Amino acid sequence: MTKVELTDFVQNKETQIIKGNVAAANAAKSARVQVISAYPITPQTTVVEKLSEFVDGGYMPGTQYIKMESEHSVMAATIGASMAGTRTFTATCGQGLFYMYEMIHWAAGVRLPIVTAIVSRGTAPPWNIWADFSDVISCRDTGWMSSFCATHQEIYDEILMSYKVCEDYDVLLPKFVAYGGFILSHTSKPVIIEDQDKVDSFLPDLPDEKGWPHIWVDPERPIMHGNLIMPSGFYSEFRMKLHIALLEAKEKIKNATKEFEKVFGRSYGNGLIQEYNMDNAEVAMLTYGDLALQMEEAVDQVREEGYKVGMVKLRHFRPFPTEEIIKLGKKVKVLGVVDRGIAFGSQTGGPVSCEVKTALHDIEGTAKVFPMMNGIGGREVSLEQQKNQLKLLVKYNETGELPKDMIHGTYWDGLLEVK
Amino acid sequence: MVALKNVIDDEIARQEWFLPGNSCCAGCGLEIALRWAMKALGPKTAMITPASCLNVVIGLWPKTAPKFSQFNMAFAAGAAAATGVAAAFKAKDYKFPGQGWNEMVSICFAGDGGTTDIGIQGLSGAAERNSNIIYVCYDNEAYMNTGIQRSSSTPHGALTTTTPFGKERFKKNVPAIMAAHEIPYVATCSISEPLDIYEKFKKAKSIEGCKYIQIFAPCPPGWGYLAEDSIEMARLAVKTGFWILYEIENGVLTLSNKSKSLVDPSKRLPIIEYVSKQKRFAGISEKTLIEIQERIDRDWEKIVDQLECQSK
Repeated sequence: MTKVELTDFVQNKETQIIKGNVAAANAAKSARVQVISAYPITPQTTVVEKLSEFVDGGYMPGTQYIKMESEHSVMAATIGASMAGTRTFTATCGQGLFYMYEMIHWAAGVRLPIVTAIVSRGTAPPWNIWADFSDVISCRDTGWMSSFCATHQEIYDEILMSYKVCEDYDVLLPKFVAYGGFILSHTSKPVIIEDQDKVDSFLPDLPDEKGWPHIWVDPERPIMHGNLIMPSGFYSEFRMKLHIALLEAKEKIKNATKEFEKVFGRSYGNGLIQEYNMDNAEVAMLTYGDLALQMEEAVDQVREEGYKVGMVKLRHFRPFPTEEIIKLGKKVKVLGVVDRGIAFGSQTGGPVSCEVKTALHDIEGTAKVFPMMNGIGGREVSLEQQKNQLKLLVKYNETGELPKDMIHGTYWDGLLEVK
Repeated sequence: MVALKNVIDDEIARQEWFLPGNSCCAGCGLEIALRWAMKALGPKTAMITPASCLNVVIGLWPKTAPKFSQFNMAFAAGAAAATGVAAAFKAKDYKFPGQGWNEMVSICFAGDGGTTDIGIQGLSGAAERNSNIIYVCYDNEAYMNTGIQRSSSTPHGALTTTTPFGKERFKKNVPAIMAAHEIPYVATCSISEPLDIYEKFKKAKSIEGCKYIQIFAPCPPGWGYLAEDSIEMARLAVKTGFWILYEIENGVLTLSNKSKSLVDPSKRLPIIEYVSKQKRFAGISEKTLIEIQERIDRDWEKIVDQLECQSK
């Protein structure tokens, strides 16, 4: 994982100490987005505030910023602007994302390369505004790609990479770039804001005047989109192609990550997952978002105690890196999965641990999956907790013993006592 | 007032933009509304159509009747999507100057359900922002596409499948709500006055900002009258004063030709002339009929008040 050191700040004039949300706004600026449509929601607000400064202050010439009256309208306007042939950006989270849900499906159905930052927060009731990925994960089956960021720099970088992938003519799909509310959005860290020429060399100037290859507005070439289609028509095929496009986007994500590393020198594994300290690891922990950042430190410290533990950061939830997980399952004996998000009523309760179990199903001699939950609704996860989680994996590997207080097969860490 | 000659001389208006062979019912009011609106707007138009009859009558995929850019949209998303399209035109005009992107019109063509009920938040937002769009409500006074359920635009006394004993409430006055947003242009039209539709859309096209036009568009199966009587129904709605034709330009109200003389109550046909010709008002009580008539008279008093106020 790329750690931005303070020395980078000293050496690089492009480095700024900024909040995660400001990094996201800077990414939209660097990507030269043409239309922004947004509605404020905590903890996303500073993204749209920063963008207002950029646009109204004249730092993003030509960019139209529509200040909408609701999230449903935000995504509708973003869809309209994207259909008419512009690069678009918005940001939301939690309740706002849920209110947008109908249009989320619509955006994927039109196959629009919309990039949306999700400053993930808990779901009400009761009201909760702190880090929890249940929001973005609830859009699992919408046809959007989704990724998680672990660092401030990764927010900026991932948004740039996302445009590259989304606008690939073989992909043409929208994407969520999610990061934990407050933990990343409202803390400040050094972030390299890249030189505009360098960004332009990485990210092609799309779309051209004709618009996207599949949808456009042109009086000379009028098209209609979205007419009612009978079951005997191509509806199933449209849907099937969307599924295939998502799966085939995996290669594009890998390529974009490679190219990004070449241009900017920052590495994010193969794009889908990023391994940390996995050399001769016997057990590994898979997690995502900001939890992964602190887990690195936990791995380092537990390794110092002599345990062969490693970590894998899940970067993309959709498309899901099935092949990588299968390989991982062959590499280690126990694979822990920590979820910060809930899939109610599912086998493990954890959305990612369920996916991992599905990926490893039917695979012979694969790792045993150890599902864990913590940090729901932004509850603090300490380094000690994470070290203990790693040691539980070691214990399970050595003795086959699981903690006594598992809840329906899942270890819920850091719960208060409930009667 | 525009003359037929003006329309014939207009090369764009001579052409058809909503083509024959579409799936409209015989006598569909929407079809006439759209046909005449497009004669005024022409092909440099991108139309958003939220869920409504229009989604269906354009034709089942892959057939399509509009000869202009047209995008189906989710029910509540019409005004916002059109706002996005308008923003894209502005952004494209910046990126590709001199290519005519500034001449493009972004229009939302919605039904009364999509406007007065589920779409009103987005519409109000677009109006408050003064988004550069034309928002059209073709008003057939119920959810016709889904099978004639009441909308907030359904008139008092009308039978629908969800008001089996007649609607208790009166029709929501959305043009007035839009005028209260102080947008540059609000107009009402009727399919019985196609030249008026043409003229008002020409004007709307020339105005920067948010324009709202509501077109009275009778529906033979929904209202219960013969298909050949659609124009007559729309005409009677105007003549009884039930549907008032006007424009509000920058806050200034002007009655349109066919409604001008109706300021004098004696010039208005009694509402029974209109109501008695439609099955949706079958069995209407005398009390309800009087209520409708009183409401019309009251609406006109408000119009007269405003005109007097303006002339001071």
